[in-house]
Amino acid sequence: MTVSDPKHDVPEGAREQDQITTDPAKASERMRAGSMTLTLAPWVIATVVLVFLPMFFTNNSALTIMNQMSITIVFALAYNMLLGQGGMLSFGHAVYAGVGGFACMHIMNMSDFFETIPLVILPVFGGLFGMGLAMIVGSFSTRSAGTVFAMISLGVGELIAACSVIIVAFFGGEEGISGDRTYAQPFFGVEFLQQIEVYYLTIAWLVISAALMYLWSRTPVGRMANAVRDNPERAQFLGYSARWVRYYSFIASGFFAGVAGGLFAINYEILTEENLNTASSGVILLVTFLGGVGFFFGPIIGAIAFTLLQTVLSLSTELWAFYAGTLFVATVMFFPGGLAGLIMMHVPAFKLGKASGLVMPYIKTLLPAAIGLLGLAALVEMTFHFRHAATGDVEMTLFWTTFNSHEILPWIIAGAVTVIGLGIAKTTAPALKEAWNEANTAGGAS
Amino acid sequence: MDLILVNLIDGLVTGLLLFMLSAGLTLIFSMMGVLNFAHASFYMLGAYFAYQISIAVGFWMGLLIAPLIVGVLGAGVERYGLRRVHQYGHVPELIFTFGLALLIEELVQFIWGKNQMPYSVPEVLNFTAFAISGNSIPAYKIFMIFISIAIFIGLLYVLTKTRVGMIIQAALSYPRTVEALGHNVPLIFMGVFGVGTALAGLAGVIAGPVLGTFPGMAFVLGSIVFVTIVIGGLGSLWGALVASLLIGWITTFAKSYNIEMEDLLNAIGISTPENLSDSVFRDFWSLTSPQIADILPYILMVLILIFRPAGLFGKRQS
Repeated sequence: MTVSDPKHDVPEGAREQDQITTDPAKASERMRAGSMTLTLAPWVIATVVLVFLPMFFTNNSALTIMNQMSITIVFALAYNMLLGQGGMLSFGHAVYAGVGGFACMHIMNMSDFFETIPLVILPVFGGLFGMGLAMIVGSFSTRSAGTVFAMISLGVGELIAACSVIIVAFFGGEEGISGDRTYAQPFFGVEFLQQIEVYYLTIAWLVISAALMYLWSRTPVGRMANAVRDNPERAQFLGYSARWVRYYSFIASGFFAGVAGGLFAINYEILTEENLNTASSGVILLVTFLGGVGFFFGPIIGAIAFTLLQTVLSLSTELWAFYAGTLFVATVMFFPGGLAGLIMMHVPAFKLGKASGLVMPYIKTLLPAAIGLLGLAALVEMTFHFRHAATGDVEMTLFWTTFNSHEILPWIIAGAVTVIGLGIAKTTAPALKEAWNEANTAGGAS
Repeated sequence: MDLILVNLIDGLVTGLLLFMLSAGLTLIFSMMGVLNFAHASFYMLGAYFAYQISIAVGFWMGLLIAPLIVGVLGAGVERYGLRRVHQYGHVPELIFTFGLALLIEELVQFIWGKNQMPYSVPEVLNFTAFAISGNSIPAYKIFMIFISIAIFIGLLYVLTKTRVGMIIQAALSYPRTVEALGHNVPLIFMGVFGVGTALAGLAGVIAGPVLGTFPGMAFVLGSIVFVTIVIGGLGSLWGALVASLLIGWITTFAKSYNIEMEDLLNAIGISTPENLSDSVFRDFWSLTSPQIADILPYILMVLILIFRPAGLFGKRQS
């Protein structure tokens, strides 16, 4: 082919618009990963906090939420090995966690074998099975990044999720499979009967996996994953095979996803088709992106925020998935760096010692905006109640007040709160922008 | 023989329906290089809008108006959503359309609730067109076939014979050059996105009465549509047509003929193990073709991707 065809000559991923670039100077490109060195201190602090958390949250439901959070963190970090560090977007990553979990469940049910191993090493088996599957799938899916990879991941994810109702022997059909973690060999006398013991097991695995994943991102393979994400062509000129680099990232990610699945199996003692399907894969994408794919700690923040949001919102409203979806789309459109990106945006201001100048403008803008958004949410809830409540059921409770959703007054109040709140936020926004520019400019009058 | 004919017609209906979705999707892909995950959501919106309109002014107005509304919505999404996300790169674009798909599903549940809507075939078309040895073919199916074929011919004519089509084709391959010649390329992109989503909406309008109008309808068809354009080759209109028909026929035939894995394996010389109920592979042995009909497209896609990564009609990437 002598005629240059710009669409087809360049390898997939090498085109300008195909990449997540790493120029932190441009706001639009602040999607970097692994470009920040974490010291030991945050790790020690995080571990200590995790160890002492059950002292403050003693009841079982809090422990359940914390366990769920830890599992989501491991899974989201594993996912970000692909998305953030490798630039590969997977729509079927729940499959690797799910298969790891199912494998652990089967090991739990193989009583002869299970009695000879301590429960604490069970997630390793989950990881190995997740990795095994990733090795098979990755052998053809990592040939290219970008859209083709995303499509294959979706197809394989759907395929395996659909298999779960057909291959009953492994996936247990619609009711899934369940087991009992306490049959394992006691680990220094601990039989993991109680929730708190499982909690410590989970956080131990959380810290170990997070540390390993962080160390992985510092190894040459991890650094090459970043290089291949940003410019595969250049990486290949240096003598690295982009495909193999992607493959290594993929199987490492599969391993840690499997570990997360194993932890899930230990915690809940049941796995079903729900652990495999596209919805779970979508949730982990949402969690990771919300937290921020650009930084190693992004998915951690995302997992914590999402689990809290899910717990709080799903208790108080039927529409929580609607709000989560809105939040997700808003994040993609306006803050592609996610929560971690938002936090790291403030680092320059802190370094210049001007962060304090931002506090008042923030309060002036964000507080009315939050109130306005709550008013908007009230309108949404009232509309929902108006349309879908049983006939005759006109009472609804919102923000600790009970009123009649078919009267005009609550609508006026909610509408007024929305308009005034968002209106104030809009008028104070320019001042915030000015304060922001001022805080990020070195020197000058302060 | 008669059954084969009936299945051919059924498969044709499914395949052409798939094609109406995949044609728009593949056009949008070859233009912007982004896969629109929300494409099937526009199909769902088409069905819901048509239902709402059909209550007020009847089916035929719905057929006319609903795709237009969906197209305008689609163009709006391109103008105010995708174009904004485009600057962040490719992966965020994919994630954006994925989030949009989730959001539209929630929105539909919010407005219309979780139940299936009583959107049904119009009275005029609610009769049996003809029967093949006792299997009646409803007139609505024939109507669906005609609409789909008309759309395909229209699309082909516009794309290859008219001036607008020429500019679009040029903009697909060399957007910068076309822009230098004085054409408004962003407007072309927006237009193609709008037309693509309108086609999806139209598919929704005519499929809603037969396949059901419920919040999960986008999800049911959505991933199959992606599979279709991957098998056909990303960006190829003919590939989309062939793959759609292929998938339509494969799934229809697999569902109507009960082929058992046991017979198949016995036929090629592998005998059934004696204690089948204890075997690890018992589920594999008892597989039947209706059971796996819905996952056949995925299997086909994985095979295609392994052996011919560019798809059936796709251009090979150098």
